[in-house]
This record gives sequence, C-alpha cells and structure tokens, in this order.
Amino acid sequence: MSESTLAQPIEQALKSKAEDRVSVASNWQLVWWRFRKNRLAVLSALVLIGFYIVVLFPDFFSTQDHEFTDAKLAFIPAQGFHFFNGLTPSPWVPAVVGKRNLVTLRMEWNVDETKQVPVRFLTQGYKYKLFGLIESDLHLIGLADQKSEDRIYLLGTDRLGRDQWSRLMFGTRTSMTVGLIAVALSVILGVLLGGISGYFGGWADLIIQRFIELLQSLPTIPIWLAMTAALPRDWGPIEVFFAITVILAFIGWTTLGREVRGRFLSLREEDFVLAADLAGCSQLRIILRHMVPAFMSHIIATSTLAIPVMIINETSLSFLGLGIRPPAISWGVLLQEATNIQTLALAPWLLTPGIAVIVAVLAFNLVGDGLRDAADPYSR
Amino acid sequence: MNNSTPILSVRDLKVHFPLDEGTVKAVDGVTFDVYAGQVFGIVGESGCGKSVTMKAVLRIVEPPGKIVAGEIILRRSVAGANGSQMDDLINLTALDASGRVMRSIRGAEIALIPQEPMASFSPVHTIGDQIIEAIMLHQAVNQREARKIALQMLKDVGIPIPDQRLDEYSWQLSGGLRQRAIIAMALSCNPRVLIADEPTTAVDVTTQAQVLRLLRRLQQDRNAAIIFITHDLGVIAQMADYVMVMYLGLVMEQGPVDEIFHAPKHPYTQALLRSIPTITMTPRENLPTITGSIPHPFNKPRGCPFHPRCEKSIAGKCDQAVPPLRRIGANQMVSCFLYE
Amino acid sequence: MLRFIAQRLLLLPVLLFLFSVVVFILVEAPPGDFLTSYMATLASGGSSIETEQLEALKQQFGLDQPIHIQYLRWMESLSKGDLGLSLEYQRPNIDLIGERLWLTIALALFAFFITWIIAIPAGIYSATHQNSLLDYVLTVLNYIGVATPNFLLALILMWVAYAQFNVSITGLFSSDYIQAPWSVARVIDLLQHIWLPAIVLGIGGTARLTRIMRANLLDELHKPYVVTARAKGLSEWKVVLKYPVRLAINPLVSTIGWYLPQLFSGSLIVATVMSLQNVGPLLLRALTQQDMYLAGSILLIYCFLTIIGTLISDVLLAIVDPRIRMEGA
Repeated sequence: MSESTLAQPIEQALKSKAEDRVSVASNWQLVWWRFRKNRLAVLSALVLIGFYIVVLFPDFFSTQDHEFTDAKLAFIPAQGFHFFNGLTPSPWVPAVVGKRNLVTLRMEWNVDETKQVPVRFLTQGYKYKLFGLIESDLHLIGLADQKSEDRIYLLGTDRLGRDQWSRLMFGTRTSMTVGLIAVALSVILGVLLGGISGYFGGWADLIIQRFIELLQSLPTIPIWLAMTAALPRDWGPIEVFFAITVILAFIGWTTLGREVRGRFLSLREEDFVLAADLAGCSQLRIILRHMVPAFMSHIIATSTLAIPVMIINETSLSFLGLGIRPPAISWGVLLQEATNIQTLALAPWLLTPGIAVIVAVLAFNLVGDGLRDAADPYSR
Repeated sequence: MNNSTPILSVRDLKVHFPLDEGTVKAVDGVTFDVYAGQVFGIVGESGCGKSVTMKAVLRIVEPPGKIVAGEIILRRSVAGANGSQMDDLINLTALDASGRVMRSIRGAEIALIPQEPMASFSPVHTIGDQIIEAIMLHQAVNQREARKIALQMLKDVGIPIPDQRLDEYSWQLSGGLRQRAIIAMALSCNPRVLIADEPTTAVDVTTQAQVLRLLRRLQQDRNAAIIFITHDLGVIAQMADYVMVMYLGLVMEQGPVDEIFHAPKHPYTQALLRSIPTITMTPRENLPTITGSIPHPFNKPRGCPFHPRCEKSIAGKCDQAVPPLRRIGANQMVSCFLYE
Repeated sequence: MLRFIAQRLLLLPVLLFLFSVVVFILVEAPPGDFLTSYMATLASGGSSIETEQLEALKQQFGLDQPIHIQYLRWMESLSKGDLGLSLEYQRPNIDLIGERLWLTIALALFAFFITWIIAIPAGIYSATHQNSLLDYVLTVLNYIGVATPNFLLALILMWVAYAQFNVSITGLFSSDYIQAPWSVARVIDLLQHIWLPAIVLGIGGTARLTRIMRANLLDELHKPYVVTARAKGLSEWKVVLKYPVRLAINPLVSTIGWYLPQLFSGSLIVATVMSLQNVGPLLLRALTQQDMYLAGSILLIYCFLTIIGTLISDVLLAIVDPRIRMEGA
C-alpha cells in the first residue's frame, strides 16, 4: 500500500516537470524533438551533411586532378579499396595493368590484385586552392609513395581517361548547389509573391494567382528545354550555372507561392495578427515578426522536398545536353558519358553518378518528410 | 419468445487495446441484460467504454482492439422441426467477426444508429443507395422492392417527399432529416436490438426532442429493444426504462430508471446527479463538480477505478480490489464496497 | 456541369494565345537564327551559300521581317491549320510531327494506365495492411521509385538487357516495322514494344500515386461512414472497396490534371534515351538547330496537350464527386 501511495507523487512530479519542459519549449525545439524521433530522417540528414562536406571540399576528397585527360588511360576499371594487408591495417589498392588488344588496337586495362599499391589517409597529393584562396595539397586518400607511377582509380576512368571518382566529387558540388540555390530563389519568389497575394488580397491576389496558374499550365520540361536552348552558346560555365538555377527556380516557385498564400490567408484571420495590428505594428513588422515565423517550419519542410525535384530536373536537363555544359561537371553531365549502351557495357562504373543522384534525392525526401511530420503532427 | 427472458445478455465482457505505450482496458468486465420492448440506457463520461461495448456487441471493434474475455449471447428465434418458433441462443464472441453468420446478424438482428449523422453517410453515394444496399443484403428482394421498402422506411420516420430524398446525398439534407434517414436505415431490416450511440448529440434541441419521440414510437410499434448510449442524464431520464452507469470500462451501477434517479446507490452516480442543474437551485449557486479528472487510460488506478475521486473511499479497501457487482433491491445492482 | 466545361473551353483559345506568345518569344530568343547556324555548318564543311540564295531563303521564311510581323505571319498560318515549314528538313512540319504525335499520346496514355493499375491496388493493400511486411517493402520501393530519374531507370534497364541478355530494348517498333505503313501487325508490334518505355515513364508517378492512395485511404478508413457500412453487415472487402476506396480515389482524380501533362512532357526524356520515334527527340533537335517554326509548333502542341490534360481531370472530378458536380449546377 505504502509503495503505491508513495510512488504516485514522485511520478506525478516527474510528469509535470516533463510537461513544463514542453510548455516552455520554443516551436523550433518542439520540431526538433519530434524530428529526432524519426531515425531514418536523422540518418538521411547525416548523409546530406556528408554530401555538403564534399561540396565544400571537393579537392580534398579527390584522388586526382579531375581535369587531367589521357586517352591512353581510357576505361580503367574501378580498383576496389582494401583497408587491411593481411591482418595489419595498411590500406592499399591493386595496381592496374594495360595491354594493347591486337585486334581493336585499344588499350585494355585490368586490375592486378597481386600487385599492391599502398595508400595513406590524410596525405599529400596534387596542389589545389581551397575556396580558391588557400593553397593546399592535403587529400583524404593519397599514394603512400609520392613518386610512384601508379594512380588511384576508385571508380575507374571514362573514355578520355579522366578519373571518375574525382569528377564525381566535382559533379556533386555542382548538382547539390544547383538544387539548393534554385530552391532558395524559389523560396524568395514564393514567399514574396505568395505573401503579397495572401496578405493584401484584392487585385494583387487576382493577378498573381492568374500568373501562377498560367505558369503551372505550361508543359514544364519542354519549356525548360526551350529556355535553356535559348541561352547564348558563348556563355561560360558560371553564367550557364546561374542561368540554369534561375530557370529551374522560375517554374519551381509557384507551388511554394500557393502554399504561402494559403498560410497567409488563414493566418490573417488569427487573433494574434489582429492583436499586433491593434498594438500599432507596421504591416511589414506584422508579416516578418508575427506571420512568417508561424509558418516558417512548413516552408522549410516544403523547400526541403523541393530540392530533390530540382536535382532531378537539373540532372535530366544536363543529361540531354541542355543544362550544365562541359567542361563544367554535374551528375547529369557525368551520366551523359553513359548514354552509349556499348560503352556502358564495357564500363558500367560510368553509372555511379546515378547512385549519387538516387541517394541524394532519397535522403532529401526522407528528411523533408520527417520535417513535415515534425512541423505538423496532424497532417500526413 | 416473451419479454421476460433477455434478448441480449452480456457477461463479463472485456475489450482491450494493446498499444505500444501499454494496454488500454477500454471495457474491463461488463455484465448486463437487455429485454425486448425495453429502452436500456447506458450513461458515462466520454472514454468510459460505452461505445466500445456496443462495437463489441456488433463485433466491429477496430484493430488493435480485441475481445479478450466474456460472452455476448443473442437469443433469436429459428424455425423448429415442427414448424414452430424456437429460441436459439448464439454466442457472438465465439463467431468469426467477419464470417457469414455474424454478418447476417449485423444490420439485420442488431442494428446501429451511429453517433454522427453528418459523417455516417458516405457523401458520394445517395441516401437511397445506402439504405437499399442494407435491405438487399438481408432480405430476398430485388432492387425495385428494396426501393419500395426504403421509401416506406423514410415515410415511417417522418421524412417529407421521401421519393426525392432517396436520390439525394446526405449533405443535401438538414441535420434533423439526416438523423431520421440514419434511423430509417438502421430500422430497414426490422432489427430486434437497436443500438443508438448518442444519436442526438449532433442535432439541436428541437430536433433532439423529435428524434427521441420518433425512437420511442418506433420501438413501441416494433417491440424492439433499444440500447441507448448517451452522456446526457436528462435524455436518459426521458428515454430509458433501465439504466447502466459506466466508469472507466466498468459498470458502477445499474437499475430501473426511477431507482437510479431517485435512489442512486453508487457514489459516482450520486456525484453525477448532483452535478445537474435543477430548477430549485438558488441563482448563482456553484454547481457541485466531481473532484479530480478522469485518469489516463494507461494508468488506471488500482482497485475501484473511481476511488481517487470518491468522497466515501475506504482506504485499504477501495484502492486494493475491484468491488464485485452485487444485487441490492429487486432489480438494482451496484459495484461498491459501501454496500457489502 | 455543362456550363463549367463550356467556361473551360472558352478559356482555351485565350490560354493558347498567351502560350503562343510565350513560345514564340522562347524560340525567337536565341541569338542569330537558323540561317546563321546553317551557314556556320556549311562553312565548317568547306562549302558556302550564295548571298542571293540566302536572301531568297530569308524572304521565304520571313526572317527578314521584324519580330512582331514574324509572329503575326506564324499566327496567320496557324489559324489556317498550317504549322509551317521546317527550316532544316524543308518539309511541312505537320508531316514531321504527324505520326510522332500519336506515338507520344499513346505512350503517355499507356504509362498512365499502368500507373493506375499498379498504384491503386498497391495503395489499397498498403493501407489495409498497414505496417505489414509487404507494406514496408512497398514503401521502400516507393521512395526509390520517386528518387530515380526516368532517364536513369531507362539507362539501367537498357544496360541490364544488353549486358545480361544481349538484347537492345530501344525503339517502339522492331526494325521491320519502323518504316512500314500502319497495319494490324504493326500495331501488335507497337504493343510489344511500348510497355517497357511506358513503365519507365510511369514509375515515378506510380510511386507517388501509391503513397497518396495509401495516405488518403488511411484517412478514410477511420471515418464514421465506414463503421456504418460495416454495421450493415457488408463483408469487409465490400465495405472497403465501395466506401473508403471510392472516397480516397476522388482526390486522386484531380492529380490527373498535372500527371497527364507531366507524362506528355516526361516522355521527351525517356524517348531521347530509348530512341523512341515520338515528338521528343524531334523537339530536342529543332531546339538545338534553331528550327524555330518546328520547335514552336511542337511546344505549342505540348501546351495544348497540357491544357487538355487539365480539362480531362476537371471533367472527371465533376463526374466522380457529386459535391463538385452540384456546386456547378
């Protein structure tokens, strides 16, 4: 008897303490607590962080200069990476040996597992400029013997003998940034126009809504293609990059715009907005300090779900030759190398950028779903 | 069959919901009898297990809910060997919930008037479609005859221009008409037990009075039994012949309506009745409330579930064991240690 | 309902006019025109074209006129049902597009039906067997389906077929029938080839639709009308199929509005990878060669198909949902 009566107050005290914590937590904390419970989403978030570390330091992760070409070294297969030499932890890669095929007169490369090329982690390699400023030659993986003739081909080479792994690192940089910037632009456009539409209503709303409808009834992919085809041929990689982002954002913002408008319409009727208005807040302050924070978590969730769409679109456009153009590298550009089926049969590792696409898109979708559920536990 | 043997007997029914957080014992040992021609009222606060009990009787408890113990016995008449009518006892808990036998009982012998008339009709099927479907399911009639029966049903429950209503959708009807249509559907197969699950919560007071009168009349015409579930004591006083009071999945008290209202035995019933405003009260007098709140279903108190809120709780007794349901008086039963 | 459709139909020419302006600006936008790039090609080949001939060509296509005149001329011929002449092929655009257009529509419709035939039962199963093993498997497949771009899936399938079975799965016809006139045998040949590109095209949509169907049905399964239907004594599968499934599908009908257009334009990429003879590759070539009237015509056709897709969706929605139907009345 004493046990149950004693236990109860303690239990209740603990419970009320937990409740206090919940009741004083900010909205962001609540979202984070709910998000944390979704293991798959947390794991995906870690994967994405990994991707963006690569985006920041592509040279560090590269094993060779990604622009180096040598037709002799075409279609070298992936070596495979070994962490142990026997039982001792000493990483190595097998050497590749080339032999000229006397019929086709092409060099044919094979992995020779008997010949070990020792490699080291966090070692020196080719020189590069970190962020274009700081000179460095530090790499994640490098040859143990700097003067050795051997090379590291983690994912083999393409038809021009370029190292697929190093190119993949740089493709990651482009593709992951295009998605991010395009979505950032759409968010700005969407919040601005959707906000005007939802907050002020009337003519502004009518015009913006009709404009959104017009854009949404355009056939996306053909219009995209026409727009990118209209880009001047002589533009440099950076100009094309920004043009592509703007083009992607131009059609992508409409969904966000609609959502923001809907939120504004419902929030406009809320008492706290009326209260702020009566307290003499300026309209801009009401929008920025009172309304935007109320739906920020939703916007973030929706934007996270928009990034993978952008990535797929960029990849598809580049793959068709109407997006990012060589010598710039993106996942789509890399996959262009895999268009020819005979080549692909000879060098299946050319499909590896596709794996990167799938993993990135998957991770973004899982994180986005997790955020959406965390931002609003009542919506599915 | 006569009115002195129960048409439906529930014995020690237990329905549990095993969830990740723990098991919710929504119904934890409920026993009662329902007689033909009787309105059997069940009262209790929301979450006391009254709706789950009824879903169990219909065998439509939603997963993960499960009947873990008890019997639900339905008495029905079947044609005997010599052409006479014979009583047949059938234990519903032993049937396959989705089997043929149970389905032939559901809707035909025991029918349900659901809680929310608004949401209880599919919005994309016409009223007629949904009523005719029920009729054709249990009676050997064709589409035309079924439509005729449905039309008659709508007339019986007092729906004007029934012919037109049959081809309308539920959202085209007013709240009162919708409620009547739901009743018509429940009655369409002449059930002998009619379960009305808070049928008047969603309609206004005038409609409520009409619906109650309608149910009364229909019940008298057809000699059916009505199980009337509500949390509104006023409605129970008006409708029921016999009342069962539930709290946290257990029966607190049951008895004839006059006994329950004029000589309540269980402290919970007494407290409930005290909390109703009466005309004799002095103005601005505070209404007595039951102290505390309903415990969370995961940590039901040990012993009598009401003891933490009970004024007459006996320490060392009420918090140790659940008092058994014992008979006091001719028809009244109470589950409380005060009457040992 | 009829008024609603009439309203939409009246809007059609307005939209088409707006789109024609957008399209014209787009195909006109690249610096230079077809002739400059044509001359560049000729020059790189070592030959050249005489100035007189060039002027004649310019006049023939109206390239010497100001832009708005060019647009009006294009509109004029369009209104007569004339899609103009291809600059590159020197053939009427309508001949070039002709059959390819029907193949585009056929491919999209095939993909559409495959999507629905797979997604609806899969969604129903997942929702009614929530958290079962197959539900999890379907969920994982859905995520992967959404994450795989069409063209990548096409590449993988083609590679597997080639590397493992040494068959080439490109094209919509076997070599005997590519140039053949239409016949029963050719249709059968088409049916034998079209399903694979259709699956590739529809896989992303299938995954998305399955997820929506599952979520919608889960919402509906706990509605009171399901309890009512069950209490009638209907068998479980009849309850589920007649009531919640019907209500869960209703909102899906509105997805047709964006899904069909998406299939029309999505087929462009799949067609390019799998070398299907539809309008996609033609558009791609026209765009890169600045064959502006051909590109313009195809783009306008895509716009038209998109509008039609939305219209079909609106009409279907009104048919399946009495609430929307009555609203318009």
